Amino acid sequence: MARRNAPIIRTLDKGAMAFLFLVAVAAIAIPAANLLLPPSSPFHVPTYLVALFGKYVCYALLALSIDLIWGYCGILSLGHGAFFALGGYAMGMYLMRQIGTRGVYADPILPDFMVFLNWKELPVFWYGFQHFPYAMLMVLLAPGALAFVFGWFAFRSRVTGVYLSIITQAMTFALMLGFFRNNFGFGGNNGLTDFKDILGFNVQAQSTRNALFIASCIALALCFIVCRALVTSKFGKVLVAIRDAESRTRFLGYRVESYKLFVWTLSACMAGIAGALYVPQVGIINPSEFAPGNSIEAVIWVAVGGRGTLTGAVLGAILVNYAKTTFTSGFLAEYWLFLLGGLFIAVTLFLPRGIVGTASHWWRERRDRDDAVAGDAAARPAE
Amino acid sequence: MSEMDPRLTTAQLYLNGVSVSFDGFKALNNLALTVEPGEMRAIIGPNGAGKTTMMDVITGKTRPDDGDVIFEGTRDLTTLDEATIANLGIGRKFQKPTVFEMHSVEDNLILALKADRRAFANLRWSETAPEMERIESILKTIRMTATRHRLAGSLSHGQKQWLEIGMLLAQEPKLLLVDEPVAGMTDAETHQTAELLKEINREKTVIVVEHDMTFVRALGVKVTCLHEGSVLAEGSIDQVSTDERVIEVYLGR
Ligand SMILES: Nc1ncnc2c1ncn2[C@@H]1O[C@H](COP(=O)(O)OP(=O)(O)OP(=O)(O)O)[C@@H](O)[C@H]1O
Ligand SMILES: [Mg+2]
Repeated sequence: MARRNAPIIRTLDKGAMAFLFLVAVAAIAIPAANLLLPPSSPFHVPTYLVALFGKYVCYALLALSIDLIWGYCGILSLGHGAFFALGGYAMGMYLMRQIGTRGVYADPILPDFMVFLNWKELPVFWYGFQHFPYAMLMVLLAPGALAFVFGWFAFRSRVTGVYLSIITQAMTFALMLGFFRNNFGFGGNNGLTDFKDILGFNVQAQSTRNALFIASCIALALCFIVCRALVTSKFGKVLVAIRDAESRTRFLGYRVESYKLFVWTLSACMAGIAGALYVPQVGIINPSEFAPGNSIEAVIWVAVGGRGTLTGAVLGAILVNYAKTTFTSGFLAEYWLFLLGGLFIAVTLFLPRGIVGTASHWWRERRDRDDAVAGDAAARPAE
Repeated sequence: MSEMDPRLTTAQLYLNGVSVSFDGFKALNNLALTVEPGEMRAIIGPNGAGKTTMMDVITGKTRPDDGDVIFEGTRDLTTLDEATIANLGIGRKFQKPTVFEMHSVEDNLILALKADRRAFANLRWSETAPEMERIESILKTIRMTATRHRLAGSLSHGQKQWLEIGMLLAQEPKLLLVDEPVAGMTDAETHQTAELLKEINREKTVIVVEHDMTFVRALGVKVTCLHEGSVLAEGSIDQVSTDERVIEVYLGR
């Protein structure tokens, strides 16, 4: 009889270890190539690329959070960009309050845009953001609370499938409209920018950029481990059961809405972390991050990489964004959206499991075939 | 409920005056049914008689327009949701076998296994030895030890039926609702299923819906014939199968 592996071995199987190893290599090699190698070396990585890679890692974390709910629980969120942006705004508010008297208007408390709007006092919801731990708490709490309230109503009323996807789109769209307004208190359409420093270090400095890149890699690795632990537990089996036969799961006595609410809220928190790490690396957060198109793009990354694989989501995010960087800087820039749409259609038609999904499916089939052949050989009587 | 006859409270399941209509069509019409603890009841009746709808009402999938559905004399099932009803100890095998296709046979059983259903309890979970023993014994009972690692989606119709029966066993319910368990099974498998249900019935109350009269006869239990949403005849298989109205609407076609 097959004995089962300990949970830790199930969580960190060969594939997961290989993934973590690659993340660790990237986290060490890229900063090393930037800081230690002279610019003349062919292996030198310029600082702007470190920031660009850092951005990719944040997108990868966003994709991971989407895969957790879409790939394992069948919840297709077309509004995850909202949670990413909320995490980003929480970080942006901390960074704004670090500017202090170095702003154009040199107001020690009020960020520039508030002085410009003739505001006399700091709005209450900006209180406390000068403290890093409080801001980090908000990075988790703002998206987490929104997701919890949204999920509470949606899952309890059993909104599923395309209807749920549509209301997630509506959610991010509504937030975008809100954040565009000046009187909302988040800088209107300019958003938050002109950051000076984070934890006392200049955000533009080469060393800070490398530190932020490493921090993003660590966040990605930790969230990946959390996701793995979740999907390999019995909780994860229930999630897949819900994905494939929701009502059957209820008839076994599982309270489907609690499972969904938990994983949905967790996923939103992860998206928030991704947004918070993204903002200091790109230097700005504005309402366009809430644009419905962003959320859809993120779903395409996951589809390309392979949903329900976790590693595929990360790979998809990095590949598609690398392609985007390449294309949008060339003469093909105008055609990027068509290209992305075409890619999505092609993947849906020809590679429905995505890259990693197809590869692992192929590998599993081959192994099963080999097993079957070995089994037949063993079963055949000796001649 | 307050004026309920106290005798009825001893019943495992008590349905009275249950009506369900879909767009004016009465799928159940003033249905009454009483099943005693430890009883096995076979339900027969023509297509569309309301047999599956009755199970939908008992398991909380469909809310009746009218009527009482009382479990163990105390719980009014018409006010509870599917998960609560399942946790009271009512398990169900569906007419169209529904297993978790992307899970292995073994994982299907693990999901069904009687255990804490709450989300947080399942976060830190790993199989205990008694649970694994239980899985082993169910796999043996449903003869799927060799196919335990196969994906449930790749099983044949008959195998899915068996797996679903295995899941029912794993759930350890007090009352089992079994909808057409032998559809798609060979004669030998049908016979085995009858034996298995009789075995299960030693400890649990069972309601089984089936069209296969040989199978119903093999069970040798009280039979209820439904027609147009209410009870047409009830009694032993010999009584029911010689009832003129039953022959007219069902057997004689
Ligand atoms: N959700 C629904 N909406 C509309 N009509 C329904 C619904 N469910 C069942 N019905 C109708 O109610 C009637 C009873 O259906 P039910 O499935 O209970 O029959 P049954 O006795 O199980 O038949 P069978 O032997 O074919 O399984 C049928 O005419 C069916 O078309
Ligand atoms: Mg039926």
